[in-house]
Amino acid sequence: MARLDPKLLRAAVPALSLALLLVAIFIIQPRTMSYFGLNLMLNLALPIAFATMAQLFILTVNDLDLSIGGFVSMVACIAATWLNETPLLGIAALIASIAAYAALGALIHLRNLPSIVVTLGMSFVWLGCAVLLLPSPGGAAPDWLTAIVKFKMPFVPLAIVASAVLGLVVHFGLMRSAGGVVLRASGGNPQAVAKAGWSLLKLKVTMYALAGTFGVLSGLILVGTTTSADANIALRYTLLSIAGVILGGGEFTGGRVSPIGAVLGALTLALVGSLLSFLRISPEWQIGAQGLMLIVVLALRSLVNRFEERAQ
Amino acid sequence: MTTHSQQQRREAMPGSSLQDSLVALSGVTKTFGAVRALAGVDLSVGPGECIGLVGHNGAGKSTLMQILAGTLRPTDGRYDLGGETVALSDVSVSKAQGVGIRCVFQELSLCPNLTATENVRVRHAALSGFGWRKRAAKLLTEALDDIFPGHGISPGATVGDLSLGRRQMVEIAINFIATESSHPRLVILDEPTSSLDQSVASQLLAYARRFVEAGGSIILISHILGDIFSTAGRIVVMRDGAVVADRPASEFDRASLVAAMGHVAEDDEDEALAHAAKARIGEPVVIARPPKQANGAAVSLHRGEIVGLAGLAGHGQTALLRLVQHAAYHRSRLAEVRGRIAFVAGDRQSDGVFPLWSIGENVTIRSLPALSRLGFVSSAREAAMEAEWKDTLKIRTPDMDDNILTLSGGNQQKALFARALGSDAEIIAMDDPMRGVDVGTKREVYERIRKEAGEGRSFLWYTTEFDELLHCDHVYVFREGRIVAELDRGELTEEKVLQSSFDEAAA
Repeated sequence: MARLDPKLLRAAVPALSLALLLVAIFIIQPRTMSYFGLNLMLNLALPIAFATMAQLFILTVNDLDLSIGGFVSMVACIAATWLNETPLLGIAALIASIAAYAALGALIHLRNLPSIVVTLGMSFVWLGCAVLLLPSPGGAAPDWLTAIVKFKMPFVPLAIVASAVLGLVVHFGLMRSAGGVVLRASGGNPQAVAKAGWSLLKLKVTMYALAGTFGVLSGLILVGTTTSADANIALRYTLLSIAGVILGGGEFTGGRVSPIGAVLGALTLALVGSLLSFLRISPEWQIGAQGLMLIVVLALRSLVNRFEERAQ
Repeated sequence: MTTHSQQQRREAMPGSSLQDSLVALSGVTKTFGAVRALAGVDLSVGPGECIGLVGHNGAGKSTLMQILAGTLRPTDGRYDLGGETVALSDVSVSKAQGVGIRCVFQELSLCPNLTATENVRVRHAALSGFGWRKRAAKLLTEALDDIFPGHGISPGATVGDLSLGRRQMVEIAINFIATESSHPRLVILDEPTSSLDQSVASQLLAYARRFVEAGGSIILISHILGDIFSTAGRIVVMRDGAVVADRPASEFDRASLVAAMGHVAEDDEDEALAHAAKARIGEPVVIARPPKQANGAAVSLHRGEIVGLAGLAGHGQTALLRLVQHAAYHRSRLAEVRGRIAFVAGDRQSDGVFPLWSIGENVTIRSLPALSRLGFVSSAREAAMEAEWKDTLKIRTPDMDDNILTLSGGNQQKALFARALGSDAEIIAMDDPMRGVDVGTKREVYERIRKEAGEGRSFLWYTTEFDELLHCDHVYVFREGRIVAELDRGELTEEKVLQSSFDEAAA
């Protein structure tokens, strides 16, 4: 039993999946093994990683956010229009949308509503706002935003550094700090947390506000990369973010999450698309192939879980 | 908080005078909707006291403890903390924790996704800032070493990975931890030894005695009377939401304590109950062995019999019913069932009614195959069945098409009985089905059950009420997931059931 710690194995699965994928990509297309190649592949992965982190906060408190894709799209539209033309209005709109997320958390807690229903409804609200702002694809990202996102770090691409910082910051905030422990506790056993004298409302609002903040960051990075926006630009982020958290070793319930794993999971999902392109699989087949790979990895996860149970 | 009262408390610490109580309740009541859980309770706990609290399931022990710990607000009465009266609307966990009241709840209140150390942090808000993890781990290890020497629990272990007993040990240790801002002065232990093995349990009781000698207070709730006698200085007995005895432990012995808990069955029961034990002949229709049973004992049910499953709540009776139900459709290593089975749920909300359906639909769901032709349900036959059972069980409703939730609890339960009795099942498993049912309904249903049994149906009846066991031909008493006694109708007495429900192996 002591030969292979199942917990270690569980933590290693996301890293191994990503490494395997990278090796495959490097073999098929050796030119990607360069600063430029990695930057190109990972640039589009960074906003997915931020959206995944937003989803992770919601999953930690046993909820599910089906609106993150719509939300990121809306943020992208705000960034490509108001933030560029009238920066003050843009900033106010972004802050207001974070406040709206926090208010949703309060509503879900106070009225004891299923988060799936509330966020599914909100996804249409966000999308509607996005369409109102930007009826047809276009707009322009503020120059400062593009400059930040396209900044060329020496030696290591910005996307890699940013992903690592993202994973580590959330890891220390949520997994190691005293406050983060209470936040996760509210996903593990809410009654116990309430009995210990904490306010579940405050905890949930905090998590939703964090999710809103990371959703805004995701949208900004996305627009900085693409330089223009579209109301449908990030709709697939909803499912990608859920898959990313689960792929990274998180669970749907019980407050069991892993921020570093989630970043790895998000990168893996984003890179699968590149791999499939290199394999010359036409885009029509790519979504299906992505789904299949996801099932394979999740099957692997459940094998690890079973191994864990047997080890106990 | 005046300095005066603090001074009082400090003076009270060395001696244990009852006047300077840590917490005192007088005339406290608590109602949940129409259910009266506490009917005017007086209880005061002074420093350096160990109180043993005993009583049946549903006697109100846990409700009382939740009020003491501040997690429930009393409906009425007086609540004094450290000599000061607290307004009922101000009763809160933090108030109670402020004077050092801690509670080890019956259902574990640890977060399984966190490590033991992290759980310490959740319970003790003062542990934060740089280095909190180290401090929390140190406090926990010290407490564990103090209470359970040789525990072998690593503070970094995830609680979900620990065994039930070890989780309980962590939970107990956390509640005895003293931080800079909060010291435990009264620790409530609600069935603390239920998931601990003998040696660990005695470590805990020894620690509790040391804690009391040092001036702390303990309230110990336990169904193991030996633990109560070995630890408590004063015993409080609860029955039906009220304190019925509150005396020094030395004034009780085992028999008088059991007598104080139970109530003598009234003799006005009709003579139909006085039937003699039937001889058990032929092949049983159900044989089921609890998974934890070490010896060969098994529950057996013969045709036309009513078999009762007794014991304290949650000691494996419901699990056995589920096992039997499962075995009716699948192969099972532990149970053998010959015949079709129907289930009457006791916990209506969670596994009984379909809350969005009509009364009629709730009754017919078990019999739909019998009511349909060519794969379609015949509405005429459905209506006939609904009408028949409305009359038979006297379900009080103007229309069987009304929503099931328009019925009172008792009538909802009748609909669930109709679902089972109206089906083609030969065996009926009942999971304490009379919870919250009024006396009139109960009598009607008892009568019906006896009649059906006379016609050859077999009943497996888990009940927490002793009076209901009088209707059974044969009774099995459960404790900790095992059958500990088997009583025939003739030898059934409340005393015997209680004696076997509570551990006879006094520590």
